Amino acid sequence: MDSTLKDLYQEVILDHNKQPRNFHKMENPSHHADGHNPLCGDQISVFLKMEGDRIADISFEGSGCAISKASSSLMTTLVKGKTQNEANALFEGFHKMVTGSVGDPLPENIGKLAVFSGVCEFPARVKCASLAWHTLKAALSGKKNEVTTE
Amino acid sequence: MKQTLPTSHSLELSTTTFDVEKIRKDFPVLHQKVRGNPLVYFDNAASSQKPIQVIDAISNYYREDHANIHRGVHTLSQRATEKFEAAREKIRAYFNANEAREIIFVRGATEAINLVAQTFGRKNVKAGDEILISYLEHHSNIVPWQMLCEEKGAVLKVIPMNEKGELILPEFEKLLSDKTKLLAITHVSNALGTVNPIRWMIQKAHALGVPVLVDGAQAVPHMRVDFQALDCDFYALSGHKLFGPTGIGVLYGKEKYLDEMPPWQGGGDMIRTVSFEKSTFNELPYKFEAGTPDISGAIGLGAAIDYLTKIDLNAALKHEHEVLEYATARLSQIPGIKFIGTAREKLGLISFELEMVHPHDIGTILDESGVAIRTGHHCAMPIMKFFNVPATARASFAFYNTKQEVEVMVRALECVKQLFG
Repeated sequence: MDSTLKDLYQEVILDHNKQPRNFHKMENPSHHADGHNPLCGDQISVFLKMEGDRIADISFEGSGCAISKASSSLMTTLVKGKTQNEANALFEGFHKMVTGSVGDPLPENIGKLAVFSGVCEFPARVKCASLAWHTLKAALSGKKNEVTTE
Repeated sequence: MKQTLPTSHSLELSTTTFDVEKIRKDFPVLHQKVRGNPLVYFDNAASSQKPIQVIDAISNYYREDHANIHRGVHTLSQRATEKFEAAREKIRAYFNANEAREIIFVRGATEAINLVAQTFGRKNVKAGDEILISYLEHHSNIVPWQMLCEEKGAVLKVIPMNEKGELILPEFEKLLSDKTKLLAITHVSNALGTVNPIRWMIQKAHALGVPVLVDGAQAVPHMRVDFQALDCDFYALSGHKLFGPTGIGVLYGKEKYLDEMPPWQGGGDMIRTVSFEKSTFNELPYKFEAGTPDISGAIGLGAAIDYLTKIDLNAALKHEHEVLEYATARLSQIPGIKFIGTAREKLGLISFELEMVHPHDIGTILDESGVAIRTGHHCAMPIMKFFNVPATARASFAFYNTKQEVEVMVRALECVKQLFG
C-alpha cells in the first residue's frame, strides 16, 4: 500500500480505532463536554474526573471516522493522570504537528502522538484528529456550549 | 447483507456503440494523475466537469467580446448582448419552455428556489397555509421553505419515504389539501439517486390547484427534461452540474406566475424608470435579473447546451446508466457493502456504507488511488437520520465515466477492507 496512506493509517491508529481505550460513559464526571464535526458527522463526548488540578480519570463516547476515534482513544491514555497544564502542552504540540508541513521537526515531548504526524498531508482530516482535543479543552474550561470544528 | 445481482445484467466490460474515449478527449481535466494514479472522477453529483468547448466559449468571450450588456450602443456591447440572449434562447429550446422570458438567470438551483420562496412565497403564503416538500429534499429545497413558514406562520409538511428511499405516494396524495400553497419536490435525489414520478405528482397537485416547483439540479445531467411535458410551474437547475460553469443557473417559471410575482432584488436592469419618489419595474425576464449578470457564465451554459445537443445524448445517457448498473453489480459483490437508497428507479449515483469503516476513511483511501467520491451527509441530513447513518460514501457518474474506472474503485475498496481487517 502507498506510503503516504501508511503514514496516516498506522498500526497504532488502526488498533485504537478497532479497540478504543477508555471508551465508555463516566458515572458522575466532574467535567464534561460534547464535540461535533458537522462536515463528516464525527461526534464525541469527553468525561473527566478532576482531583484538584489533575485529570484523575477520563473517558469518551461517540462515533466517527478512524482518525477521530483513534485520536480520542490515544488522547485519553496520554492525559490520564496529567495536570491541566500538562494536557494543554500536549494539545499545543499536537496541534502544531497536524497543521504543520511534511518534514517539519516533531515537537518536543510529542511521544506517542507522533503517530498522527501523517495527518498534515491530508488537510481534510486535520479536524478529525483535532476534535477530541478541542472537546477536552472545552471540558477542562467548563464551557457549556457544544464544541464544533466549524 | 449481500445484495442480489440484477438478473438482466451482463458483467461485460464492453458497452454500447457510444465512443466514450472520444468523448473523454473533450474533457481536459480528466487526463491527470492524482497522488500518482489516473484520476477517476466519481463526484459528478457535487459538480460535473466541463468540455473544452465550454472552456473555450468562456475564454473566447473574454478575449474577444466582453462588454457590459443591454444598454451599450457600441459594437462590443451589442455582441456581448447577442451572445448572452442567444444563450437564454438555447436554454429555452433545450428544455422546451414556451418563451425566452420564462428563463431567468440566477446563480444556481439554490438561488432559484430562494427567489420563488421570497417572491411567490411571501406574496401568496399566509398563516395556517401549508408548503409540501418531501423527505428526499436537499437542504436547498428545505431551508428556504422553513424560513418562509417561520416568517408567515405557515406549516411545512413532508412526504414520507420508505426504506428503499422511495416516496410513499398514497401519503403524498393524503398530504395534498386545500391548505397547500405549493409543492416543492426534487426530480432526482442527490443523496440516493431516487427518481420521483414528477409528471404524475404534478398532475395530482394541479387537480387541487396546487402549483409545483421542481428541483431539477440532479435530474438534468442524466435525462432530457421537457417543461411542457412535465407541466411544472417552476423548475430550478444549476449550470455547473450540467457541464457548464459555476455561478450560473436557471429558474424556469410559467409566465402567468412570474408576471404576478413581485420583483426580488432591486437595482439596475430590473427597472424601467427610477426616481426618488417611485420606480417602475422591467418586464420579464429582466424583472428578476438585477445588476450585471454572470454574462460569461450564461454563455458558458449555452455552450454546454450546444455540446449536449451536438453529441448523441441518448447513447451517452444509456452508456452512463450502464456504468451505474455495472458499478451496482460489482459493489454488491464486496462483502460488507450496504447500499443506501435502492429505489426501483434510480439515476446517476450509488450511496453506500462499508461495514466497520467510516465513509470519511473510505474517501481518503480511495483518493489515494486517484478515485474521487464524496463522503458526508450530502446536504441531506434528514435522509441520513432516516437511515441512521452519520454519513455515506457516494459515487456519482456522468457519461464520460467508464466501467474500467469502476474496476479501479472496486480494487481500491478491496484495499480499504484489507486495511481495516
